[in-house]
Amino acid sequence: MRALNFLRRTAMAAMPDPAPSRWRYRVQRLWLTPLFRAMVRTGLPICLLGGSVLWYVADTARLEGLIDQATEVRRAVEERPEFMITLVSIDGASDELSLDIQEVLPIDLPVSQFALDLNELKQLLEELGPIQSADVRIKPGGLLTIDVIERSPAVVWRSREAVELLANDGHRVKAIASASARPDLPQVAGLGAEEHIPEALRLLRAASPLADRLVGLQRIGARRWDVVLEDDIRIMLPTENPKRALDRAMALHASQDVFNRDIVAIDYRNAERPTLRMRPAARTEWRRIKDIELMANEGGNG
Amino acid sequence: MNDFYQAQRAMRKGRQAAMQRGVIAILDVGTFKTACLVLRFDEALSSTDETSNALAGQARFRVIGAATTQSRGVRFGEVDTLPETERAIRTAVQAAQKMANVRVDHVIACFAGGRPRSYGLAGKVSVEGGAVEERDVSRVLSACETPPIGDDRMVLHAQPVNFALDHRSGLSDPRGQIGNTLHVDMHMLTVDAHTVNNLIHCIHRCDLEVAGLASASYMAGTSSLVEDEQELGAACIDMGAGSTSVSIFMRKHMIYSDTVRMGGEHISSDISRGLQIPCQTAERIKTRFGGLVATGMDDRDIIELEGNTGDWEHDRRTITRAELIGVMRPRVEEILEEVRAVLDDAGFRHLPGQRIVLTGGGSQIPGLDGLAAKYLGNQIRLGRPLRIQGLPQAATGPAFSACVGLSVTAAHPQDEWWDFDVIAERAHTRSLRVALRWFKENW
Repeated sequence: MRALNFLRRTAMAAMPDPAPSRWRYRVQRLWLTPLFRAMVRTGLPICLLGGSVLWYVADTARLEGLIDQATEVRRAVEERPEFMITLVSIDGASDELSLDIQEVLPIDLPVSQFALDLNELKQLLEELGPIQSADVRIKPGGLLTIDVIERSPAVVWRSREAVELLANDGHRVKAIASASARPDLPQVAGLGAEEHIPEALRLLRAASPLADRLVGLQRIGARRWDVVLEDDIRIMLPTENPKRALDRAMALHASQDVFNRDIVAIDYRNAERPTLRMRPAARTEWRRIKDIELMANEGGNG
Repeated sequence: MNDFYQAQRAMRKGRQAAMQRGVIAILDVGTFKTACLVLRFDEALSSTDETSNALAGQARFRVIGAATTQSRGVRFGEVDTLPETERAIRTAVQAAQKMANVRVDHVIACFAGGRPRSYGLAGKVSVEGGAVEERDVSRVLSACETPPIGDDRMVLHAQPVNFALDHRSGLSDPRGQIGNTLHVDMHMLTVDAHTVNNLIHCIHRCDLEVAGLASASYMAGTSSLVEDEQELGAACIDMGAGSTSVSIFMRKHMIYSDTVRMGGEHISSDISRGLQIPCQTAERIKTRFGGLVATGMDDRDIIELEGNTGDWEHDRRTITRAELIGVMRPRVEEILEEVRAVLDDAGFRHLPGQRIVLTGGGSQIPGLDGLAAKYLGNQIRLGRPLRIQGLPQAATGPAFSACVGLSVTAAHPQDEWWDFDVIAERAHTRSLRVALRWFKENW
């Protein structure tokens, strides 16, 4: 066998064996296996990359350095002069409100516009009582414009603590010293009145024929309205559908001139059966007249 | 016998697995060359009708890799030196895999050697219940009496070639027909067991699984005989390097096969000895200048016999082509005489078709058809394998007819004995079932 091997070796030296060795053959077959191939070509690089990233990140000092670098880059971009806001302009607000807004705005100029959340600012402003709506936008040149539409006061609300102006949707506009500061506005009082301002305004419109004598509306028992006229004459309205009752009262006034008479109140709480309440003097007078009429009738008969 | 039956069934299972994976390798281990084809089966194409004609079957696969290498350690179509043959197979398989860019695990191999011997078997069984069912086919196949094939022999092919029902013969598929007695004629081909074992060992050493074995002569016949030749009866003579194999076809079945243990290599060695030149030069001269019929022109055709022995006179000899023909012709005549003897033994002269097709690498010698006509009768033609998809031009010659035939057969295997259930197993399970029924009825 030795001789044979020797012969083969010399022959091989002359011409190399074209056959692949057993291991080369196996490796090639392994390489042609689809799963193995996919593993080596995608799985292995992914593993290596992921492993090296994990290894790099495993050291906290390196990780912190990385995070610092990232934040530094971010800050450098955000603080470029192109993105800085240097001026705030407030339009459509009174001087007093402008001061309020400046006080409320959580902005220290100059500030980067990336640090501002315009929607949040808008919400913040609209939570302020006197502002109906606000429009916040950034204009080129580092300008933050705030366009404000103020609420206009519709009624004077006298509560136990203070006298305040309310807008027509019930929002508080501002406090005033006394109701006499705004004699042009109707007054509203009573517990829970501020929550029903739109209804109150409807009633006040309905009561416009009596505008010169109208004092205001009072919420009774946080449930229903009384219309208060001068000389403490009251129109007591029901809980349900007070407007109709008031309209009927107005019609009654137009035909019978009710409120110029000596009465205390018209009670519409039961809308089917309105009740008229007279003053004591009027009542005795009315009784006297009735007695005279009675006696005259008796005399006439006798 | 029975364990070889089991081994064949295991190979069929391997073939099924390969078909599911869609890739299978074809390996032709010849004396001169080892060829490997990698086939891919397309699922989309295979969904078409299974029982369509042969051409539609060929469209089901495609050759995606092909490689040929010089065989080593093979003599007379038999593995002679295992490690050398293993290397040759490895070279061919690796190159084909590389071309196909897929890994193949299953291989169907064919070889010419092993002294194939044909047996005709007959079986008879009475049909129970009128119509013939698959069970009856299995039974009749089991009823065939196996002749003593000798020790160290293996059954390579065992194919039912003819069924007869009562007095009607020539049925190819008796299922569903009504009759009383079912006869079968079977053709069995046996080869030397050690040849098969050596080849299987070589293939296993290459990390491949054997999904089938076939005789090269049969495969050459399936690919180079056209359909009506196979139907009417014809002989295919595959002139390989180590052996010349004869297969006789009738009704699309091989009914006889034998080999003459002489081939192209012997012609080369004759040239080498007669002209005192190295084997490789002899092979080259044979393929370039070889011929069988000398004419006056050939006397003037000078062939230089170059060598590098150092002897100036010896290295610069010349011969005429006529001399070369004079060396080659007696050997070819001898081979053809042997083939004639084989055909006579097989009783080829009684067949209705007398067509003889010459194929294999040796059939490319110019003038062979004229010479063969003198020995084998005048219905001779040179056969080339049919064309299959994707086969490289270099592998379309007659030398590759066994490869091509094996590819076609891999797609459309011929029913073999072992494709049918063994009836003995059935009987066993039936007795068990009877016992179970008895238990059910009595408890």
